[in-house]
Amino acid sequence: MEHLLQVEHAVRKFGGVTAVNDVSLHLDEHELVALIGPNGAGKTTLFNLLTGMVPVTSGKIDLRVDKQTYDLTSKNAVQIADLGLSRTFQNIRLFKNLTVMDNVLTAMTNKYKEGFLTTVFRLPSYYRTEKEMRAAAEKLLDIFDLTDSQALLAENLPYGTQRRLEIVRALATQPKILFLDEPAAGMNPEETADLTNLIKRVQKEFGITVLLIEHDMSLVMNLAERIYVLDQGELLATGTPEEIRTNNKVVEAYLGEGEV
Amino acid sequence: MKANLKYILSWLVIMIAGFYLINALIMVGVIDDFIENMLVTIGINIILATGLNLIIGFSGQFSLGHAGFMAIGAYATAIITQHVSTELGFIVSLLVGMALAALIALVVGTATFTRLKGDYLAIATLGAAEIIRNIINNLKITGGSAGMFNIPQLCSWPTVYILVCLTTLVLMNFIRSKNGRAIKAVREDEIAAEAMGINTTKWKVAAFVIGATTAAIAGSLHASYIQTISPSNFGIMESISILVIVVLGGVGSMTGTFLAAVVLGVLDTVLQNFGALRMVIYAIALILIMIFKPSGLLGNWEFSLKNLGKHFGKKERG
Repeated sequence: MEHLLQVEHAVRKFGGVTAVNDVSLHLDEHELVALIGPNGAGKTTLFNLLTGMVPVTSGKIDLRVDKQTYDLTSKNAVQIADLGLSRTFQNIRLFKNLTVMDNVLTAMTNKYKEGFLTTVFRLPSYYRTEKEMRAAAEKLLDIFDLTDSQALLAENLPYGTQRRLEIVRALATQPKILFLDEPAAGMNPEETADLTNLIKRVQKEFGITVLLIEHDMSLVMNLAERIYVLDQGELLATGTPEEIRTNNKVVEAYLGEGEV
Repeated sequence: MKANLKYILSWLVIMIAGFYLINALIMVGVIDDFIENMLVTIGINIILATGLNLIIGFSGQFSLGHAGFMAIGAYATAIITQHVSTELGFIVSLLVGMALAALIALVVGTATFTRLKGDYLAIATLGAAEIIRNIINNLKITGGSAGMFNIPQLCSWPTVYILVCLTTLVLMNFIRSKNGRAIKAVREDEIAAEAMGINTTKWKVAAFVIGATTAAIAGSLHASYIQTISPSNFGIMESISILVIVVLGGVGSMTGTFLAAVVLGVLDTVLQNFGALRMVIYAIALILIMIFKPSGLLGNWEFSLKNLGKHFGKKERG
């Protein structure tokens, strides 16, 4: 069977350190998959490989869209984003001095056409596309309860809200696969629960595939249909939340080997 | 839609009113040749500095080569209008200068923006401008280091006024659009911009090319109005004095650029009698601003009729 995203034997070395070592995984359509592992396991590096921010040392990453296979290892971040892979960042990377609305609109840059002359001379088609873009952005902002803050600068938002805005921005690129890098980091339990529902809802509503890195196990166990566990750059285990919970190797990786 | 039309018309009215105001003041005699000369210089500086502000303030790329592109426009006008000494000749020379500057900016931009950032980019653009200046310095058709004189004066203050309005309109509308947002995103965070599918190199080059084109316009006006040009007019000091306007007004604020161009233009005229002291006072003014207001006079604040309308609307209700 063909998978939406297929990673085979991906390796990434930084000098003498092998951050990602021989990782193979796959994502199917409409899946919600989690990637967990202790700090320094190589989760974010794997995200960087998948989104083309960092090239692989060796290995294959194939994306299958509309019955066509694209080799992602030969593409840069911009091309990969255009193919429908979007992401958020562990250390929030919003456009800080732009408004919330502009952050979302910016992500739509490639989805709408606005010629130089039509913008510069404010021809009717400029107002038409702007209106369309704004309507689409407002819809997204509304889902994430950000409508009231759309005129604020992104840097003035509280931390948790910034994380939500990053998800909105990633969604605005109309992705097929959404990579969320620790979306609940720094959130309180209540906010995390809200976010869990939101991610689930968005995944259903937009029919997208989500791969998320998260340390908050309540979120992971509630959301994920499948889980990959990464430890020291290598794939340690994979399975349903129930299987992972009872996997001895995973428990050891997190808590260390028992002495008794 | 109606509201949009209202703002377009308001701006049109403001521009036309400004034109007739200056016209009336000249007729009455309030504006003499001396002040008119100052106004034209301010206008040319506005065109130069708004273009540079697009590059520095909005796309976040540091360019020190603005005077080089100004030289291209200036020499295009000088050479062409000496042969075709008509209004049409001036317009053609203006367009030729713009096209040439855009082309060279495209080449220089593509070569430098893919690899260089920050200080390195500043040096590279400075180098490019010096190459342009040196080529002009060594060509026969440009008159070598002596420069060109007796350039026919085919532009007067209305031409400058119209072109200031036009370039500002183009730049402002460009910034407040999808393209402008992409350019600002590149300034804010390149990695995030790329993750959103924004081709950072492409947008940096776009800003650079548009900025260079406006510099060429300013160069054409300068050549035709002053009637004498030489390569030494377009050295690094010229690039820096344009940069000073941008930094003083606020990097990322076109309104600030306008304000700074006017303030410096007036200061320049007032200080003309002080000779060499002019640059010292200039420098002190800059240092003071950088100490007390590092973000420039206006930071990144932008004047907008829409906000003004809202402001007054609130006051009336309240």
